[in-house]
Amino acid sequence: MAFNRKDLLGIRELSVEEITTILDTATSFKEINERPIKKVPTLRGKTVINFFFESSTRTRTSFEIAAKRLSADSINISASTSSVTKGETLADTARNLQAMAPDAIVIRHPSPGVPYQLARLIDASIINGGDGAHEHPTQALLDAFTIREQKGRISGLRVAIIGDIRHSRVARSNTHLLTKLGAQVRIAGPRPLIPPDYESIVEDSSDALMVCNRIEAAIEGADVVMMLRIQRERMSEAFFPSLKEYSIQYGLTLKRLELAAKDAIVMHPGPMNRGVEISSDVADSNRSLILEQVHNGVAVRMAILFLLIGAEGE
Amino acid sequence: MNQMSKLLIKGGRVIDPSQHIDKVADLLIEDGRVKAIGNDLTADDAEVFDAGGLVVAPGFIDLHVHLREPGQEYKETIATGAAAAVAGGFTAICAMPNTRPVNDNASLTRYMVSKAQEAGLARVYPIGAITRGSEGTELAEMADLKAAGAVAVSDDGRPVMNSQVMRHAMEYARDHGLVVVDHCQDTQLSAGGVMNEGRISTLLGLKGISRAAEESHIARDIMLSELTGARVHIAHLSTAGAIELVRRAKARGLPVTCEITPHHFALTDAAVVGFDTNTKMNPPLRTEEDCMALIEAARDGLVDAIATDHAPHHEDEKMLEYDQAPFGVIGLETALGVALTVLHHANGVALARVVEMLTAGPARAFDLAGGTLAVGAVADVTVFDPQREWTVEPQQFKSKSHNTPFGGWRLRGQVVATFVAGSEVFRGP
Repeated sequence: MAFNRKDLLGIRELSVEEITTILDTATSFKEINERPIKKVPTLRGKTVINFFFESSTRTRTSFEIAAKRLSADSINISASTSSVTKGETLADTARNLQAMAPDAIVIRHPSPGVPYQLARLIDASIINGGDGAHEHPTQALLDAFTIREQKGRISGLRVAIIGDIRHSRVARSNTHLLTKLGAQVRIAGPRPLIPPDYESIVEDSSDALMVCNRIEAAIEGADVVMMLRIQRERMSEAFFPSLKEYSIQYGLTLKRLELAAKDAIVMHPGPMNRGVEISSDVADSNRSLILEQVHNGVAVRMAILFLLIGAEGE
Repeated sequence: MNQMSKLLIKGGRVIDPSQHIDKVADLLIEDGRVKAIGNDLTADDAEVFDAGGLVVAPGFIDLHVHLREPGQEYKETIATGAAAAVAGGFTAICAMPNTRPVNDNASLTRYMVSKAQEAGLARVYPIGAITRGSEGTELAEMADLKAAGAVAVSDDGRPVMNSQVMRHAMEYARDHGLVVVDHCQDTQLSAGGVMNEGRISTLLGLKGISRAAEESHIARDIMLSELTGARVHIAHLSTAGAIELVRRAKARGLPVTCEITPHHFALTDAAVVGFDTNTKMNPPLRTEEDCMALIEAARDGLVDAIATDHAPHHEDEKMLEYDQAPFGVIGLETALGVALTVLHHANGVALARVVEMLTAGPARAFDLAGGTLAVGAVADVTVFDPQREWTVEPQQFKSKSHNTPFGGWRLRGQVVATFVAGSEVFRGP
């Protein structure tokens, strides 16, 4: 087994072999989700805590279903505030979680690095469900799974990622994963929403990662166009002038999509702002794999839980 | 040793940059003052300290520490801070005014001075606030602060953003003979930032503090220094660009001085990967290029002082999310070791130059007594072994706090003994 980790914290630390193992394992789990009885006893007796410091429907539900289909007991804890506002240290948070003796903890937190900090303090497997603008490894894995399933490969593909890169953990995790697997990643968005030196965050950045000034340059000839959610509050921080101008300059329309490869697919990690970063006719077209991404998310998270806390992983 | 007795420090390498002395010699101290430097000195009934193989230097002066008293005594007190100081070879430390309440008035300054006298050990020189409450709007009573013992003014950590207020502060401070010390940072440009802005901040998804946030504010202060004629001391330079700005100001003869901290020349922002909150300080750790610029400026004489920006925080406060944890690391007990290891041993900066930045340099910047072994001067003396290797164990620190990024580091260069007015206040292992 090419996967021998306690935690899944980020894509950056993973080898190509480890990524491939997760994707291959997910392929075998996807079949379970097509059965009339969608449950196997693989993780019976295991406990998975979903510990979310940010609101989330998709990711939390996806992890919960993944755990339940593997017969693990899954518990959701929501906390609306950080440790500091509660007056509790991260170490105490960790001790409390540890005391419940879970096998895995899925954590989502607005502060980058929290899964890393907790992983050093807790015996259970930590799965990063999104930490600030840092990483969202399970999203990148389900995106890669979806691309691979659709295109049969990832190596050699041209993938455009468009939108608010600065605040996006999805962009970072996908950039790492896709370039590791040999795709070319092209980034575009309003310049204030692209963080400095973005093109240098991957090991081999020669041609693998480029930042484009215009969305057209990123989309031209692309095999995959991945749109990111734009948050309204970024406007008040002067990152771009208005949603109207954003949608004109950076929104994905059918006309812009014509620049991409003929068989290009469109993805979005959700939740979508229809009419802002993506027009409804694109979102609802047969090029869109947005719901397929959600569907595959369950299989990918089943694979991750299995690899981390399944019998063979111990 | 009491004030009436004699101490003979024999056979050490005496390095006193204030007098351009660097030679093996004996140092005789009598009644708390330097009596003589020379070969084969003898004195009847003098206590003898064998300094063979060791360096004998003026007591170190740290222009930039945070002692947390009054208000946050759980982090540090004047007494524990002074104990940490002498353990690090510092016989005098300048305490920033961001206590609770802010040291913006004479009675608070007098309180700190009296607490320091109770503690003994190191000399503690308070720095008063520039503005009331360090709120950046009304001037603090600087003349009153000075009369009570303040040696400079600063709104450290909460830099005065209103340039007109800063201009008036400089004009007023100049006439009252006070140096204006500035933590240079455009706090709007750096808003929300928790580390250096660049590849690593992008990688980690943490908000960055750009070099421009520091450099634009330094440029403003230099222009205001020229406009007002005030003496300005730029705290903890962290970027290559900041060094260049100060270099140009000094070349033009402006009354500008500067300090650098050990952590800024010993560490880069790569240390933040892993999210250890003991790598979080302000200004942030920068890049290799910046470290090299700081080291070159230390070597070529641009830098006036090595200061620690000793900023104690309780373990529970640091054990938070990276973006929520407070800024700051302690430094008094590792400063010499890190400075010698990085500047002298690794980069060949002359030993006398390192000593200068710990003694005569800071003394000149703030017009402080000390920093010299001139005959007749008060005998504040630090004896250290430039070769001895040791491992940093934060739990052994005299400081109340342990928030150092150097825990576990192997350092070369250690304090052996510290004397204040001829009295031994620290003896190392």
